[in-house]
Amino acid sequence: MTRNDFLSVVPLFILTSAAILIMFSIAVKRNHKVIYIITLLSLLADFVYVVANMAGTRHELEPLFVIDGFGVFYIGLILLTSLLVTMMSYAYFEQREERKEEYYILLILATLGSVVLVISKHFVSLFLGLEILSVALYAMIAYLRKRERSDEAGIKYLILAAFSSAFLLFGMALVYVTTGTMSFEGMAQYLATVQGLPFMMVAGLGMMVVGMGFKLSVVPFHMWAADVYEGAPAPVTAFIATVSKGGMVGLLVRFFDTLHAQQYPVLVLIFTCIAITSMLAGNFLALRQNNVKRVLAYSSISHMGYLLVAFIAGDAMGTEAVTFYLVAYFVTTLGAFGILATLSDTERDAEVMDDYRGLLWRRPWTAAIFTAMLLSLAGIPLTAGFVGKFYVIAAGVHTQQWLLVVMLAVNSVVGLYYYIRIIAVMFEQPQRDSDQPHMLHPVAYIISGFTMAILTVSLIWLGVFPAGLMGIIKGLL
Amino acid sequence: MILPALIIFLLAGGILAWSAEKINASYPKWIALAVLAIYLVVMGSLWSAENTTALTGGSWKVHFMKPWIPQFGVSFHLALDGLSLLMLLLTFFLGMAAVLISWKEIQNRVGFFYFNMLWVLAGISGVFLAMDLFLFYFFWEMMLIPMYFLIGIWGHENRRYAAYKFFIFTQASGLLMLLAVLGMYFVHGATAGEYTFDYFAWLGTPLSTQTGRWLMLGFLAAFIVKLPVVPFHSWLPDAHAEAPTAGSVILAGLLLKTGAYGLIRFVVPLFPEASHYFAPVLMGLGVLGILYGAILAFAQTDIKRLVAYTSVSHMGFVMLGVFAFNEVAMKGVVMQMITHGISTGALFILAGVLYERIHTRDINHMGGFWPQVPFMGTMGLVFAMASLGLPGLGNFVAEILTLLGAWQANHTLTILATVGLVAATAYSLRIVQKIFLGKPEHHYTLPDLSGREKLILVPLVVAIVWLGLFPQAVMQQVDQPAKAGTAQTQVTTSGLLVNQHVKGGEHDPK
Repeated sequence: MTRNDFLSVVPLFILTSAAILIMFSIAVKRNHKVIYIITLLSLLADFVYVVANMAGTRHELEPLFVIDGFGVFYIGLILLTSLLVTMMSYAYFEQREERKEEYYILLILATLGSVVLVISKHFVSLFLGLEILSVALYAMIAYLRKRERSDEAGIKYLILAAFSSAFLLFGMALVYVTTGTMSFEGMAQYLATVQGLPFMMVAGLGMMVVGMGFKLSVVPFHMWAADVYEGAPAPVTAFIATVSKGGMVGLLVRFFDTLHAQQYPVLVLIFTCIAITSMLAGNFLALRQNNVKRVLAYSSISHMGYLLVAFIAGDAMGTEAVTFYLVAYFVTTLGAFGILATLSDTERDAEVMDDYRGLLWRRPWTAAIFTAMLLSLAGIPLTAGFVGKFYVIAAGVHTQQWLLVVMLAVNSVVGLYYYIRIIAVMFEQPQRDSDQPHMLHPVAYIISGFTMAILTVSLIWLGVFPAGLMGIIKGLL
Repeated sequence: MILPALIIFLLAGGILAWSAEKINASYPKWIALAVLAIYLVVMGSLWSAENTTALTGGSWKVHFMKPWIPQFGVSFHLALDGLSLLMLLLTFFLGMAAVLISWKEIQNRVGFFYFNMLWVLAGISGVFLAMDLFLFYFFWEMMLIPMYFLIGIWGHENRRYAAYKFFIFTQASGLLMLLAVLGMYFVHGATAGEYTFDYFAWLGTPLSTQTGRWLMLGFLAAFIVKLPVVPFHSWLPDAHAEAPTAGSVILAGLLLKTGAYGLIRFVVPLFPEASHYFAPVLMGLGVLGILYGAILAFAQTDIKRLVAYTSVSHMGFVMLGVFAFNEVAMKGVVMQMITHGISTGALFILAGVLYERIHTRDINHMGGFWPQVPFMGTMGLVFAMASLGLPGLGNFVAEILTLLGAWQANHTLTILATVGLVAATAYSLRIVQKIFLGKPEHHYTLPDLSGREKLILVPLVVAIVWLGLFPQAVMQQVDQPAKAGTAQTQVTTSGLLVNQHVKGGEHDPK
């Protein structure tokens, strides 16, 4: 291993050593605050390292990793998102009785898995990253064991994730049989020599799509989403919705772009079907939900569908649009779940509509932020979601995917209905005065408030001045 | 700088009004009123400003441009010509009326109410000024949310339903426009080699027949839903009837005008050929709206729904005039936009004033109010007459010009539209008859208009009479845009016709 090799995987080392450090620290003494600070600092240090030292470099760590602008951007995004999830976790877990410390180990490991995914260029690293992520998530989802739904969610995720991993492995095997290589570039070279897509390759890629689609919770691999979102603790749900999906999106883009998959009609057809059904199913199933977490689960399914529109477009603009959309979606989703976590009490998460009734009058700031997040999900101007959606539609129109963009437009309208339904509930007059919940140490609220403030400011900033982020994305990709 | 400052101050005023509520509950309305009054004066001072900035499609009074998202060729591009100026004056004038009418009506969440109101007005002003299509779409959507809140929070009984319907209708049609905007962006980029959303760059972009028609339909969707044109009008009666008075005034007086403005500013100049192609159908829809709206207005018992349907009827004239493609009709349309804003706004204000006193909007429960409220009765009569197009009041000028222009384009439709005026007489007289005349069936004690209410209505009367007697002042403002619009149309269409002719010649075997 050369010095350069080492330097380019320092972000992974920081994460692994942080996990080990936390383990030792727990062995010495359980202290939520100390562990929380270690987690925060290591994620922050990692992020700073990535931003300061790795932007603009390209380094290949044969045969597993490639660290290029795209990878660096996604690593940074994932680290930042994990950092924000950590920030909103403290107040949430402090209220809970269970042992909280191991949660942070799992969080860091899951982040590691996601980071590995976005820089892998080989099936082995892909699978390693995926499994590190999944195994950590099994435990995170069922972390609050005493709640009735969390076991259900954990087991559901475990079984389905294992199942989808099996599909992925089988698919990889088929691809390997056809191409004789496990590296993405090797496959691309093989494909360049043959006419069209060999049947075995189609079968293999199709099975891999099952595995990847599961992580993205796109239709028809979305069955777990609503239950897991509902059962998992709010910060974990935020993590699943962002980091876990983001890592997979990064991988998907890298894998299929290396293979130039958009030139094969059969693959485009598969993804088009997935995108359209995800948009439709996500939005229409969300219409009848009364649980905010489930609404957000179905909404995230449809958002992955929107994202696929840009992915299918496939050119440079498509990749930019995917990336921008992902950033906007991360900010928005984190914000929404952050609000959910803030409103949750010791017994349960704030997930039924009644928790939000009259919120605008009880806690105007919280409600205003949540409204902003929902409007961003709906893609209304002044928010990041609007620019993201605009970018995606632009990418779709650019490559003349008229069916997809029209479906996107239609679905946005359907989606609008359930977002404004939640907003309408928030500004209804409250029926009863809810008693003030048990108060924590004010610092916990300051940190949560600070997190939400960062998210809101970035939401509006990206909505009004998107040029900066667009420039960064264009520069790195 | 005056144009971006306008929008920024409206937004800032909204935030200020919201936060001032904590200090004193009466501050928000004063802040809102002051902001609007200042801008009414500022805009008024631009009335006689020379058209100095020469750009494609005419010259402009004030012009501001700053890059916004350079990667996409989006710029923060605002420009003001006579048409925009008239619309902005109307915006601030009716905005002030809306603030004054809410003075006592709105008692809870005052700060948030005026916040929303100023933000709606900011969005509307932005729509009237934006010369970049991305920016235009941005403002177009931005005015929806505060309007949704205005209806949904402070509306009448069925407000939730009305607010949803309003939001979803306008948003859906807006998204179609977004698709068309993006389509146009790439088509223009491909031919001109420069990717930009700039309106002036887009003017005169050669489009193939098929593309032009599809793109135009996308734009049209947004504007005819907003206008509204039958059969896309069904959100309007609900939204107007359920909104608080100020909301109805802004909806009828200003929001509908953004649709008309979009037709004049964007649809016709950008897609001249497609506009000519669809013109007969669109004029037909306009006439359908005139008649259908009038008939339904006559059948309503809810006074706000009644006025709402008269809007549908009046906006039919806009469709008829815009797609007649001549200067006379275009000027009629602009007059119609202004006078309809004033007269319908005033009728909604009267409905609100009545509702405050007797807490019903059902005209069957009214009757014989004149002896008790002679001043209000007079006002009602004036605006009912305006609505039916009595000579001497602004609406007459508007309608007669539109009909004169439309006559040159299509005789049958113009005759049918004229029939609409008869129907307008019927429903307008019915308003007066049912509310102010006849025998009092219920015994309400009605105080006549208060000083504040007079302060709102009297300027509106003055304005409508002034517009009826001296329409030339307004005409001069739109002289240039109207000519430019139609001239632009003729030039490009003839260009295209020539092209087609040449092509036809080439393909001709002889």
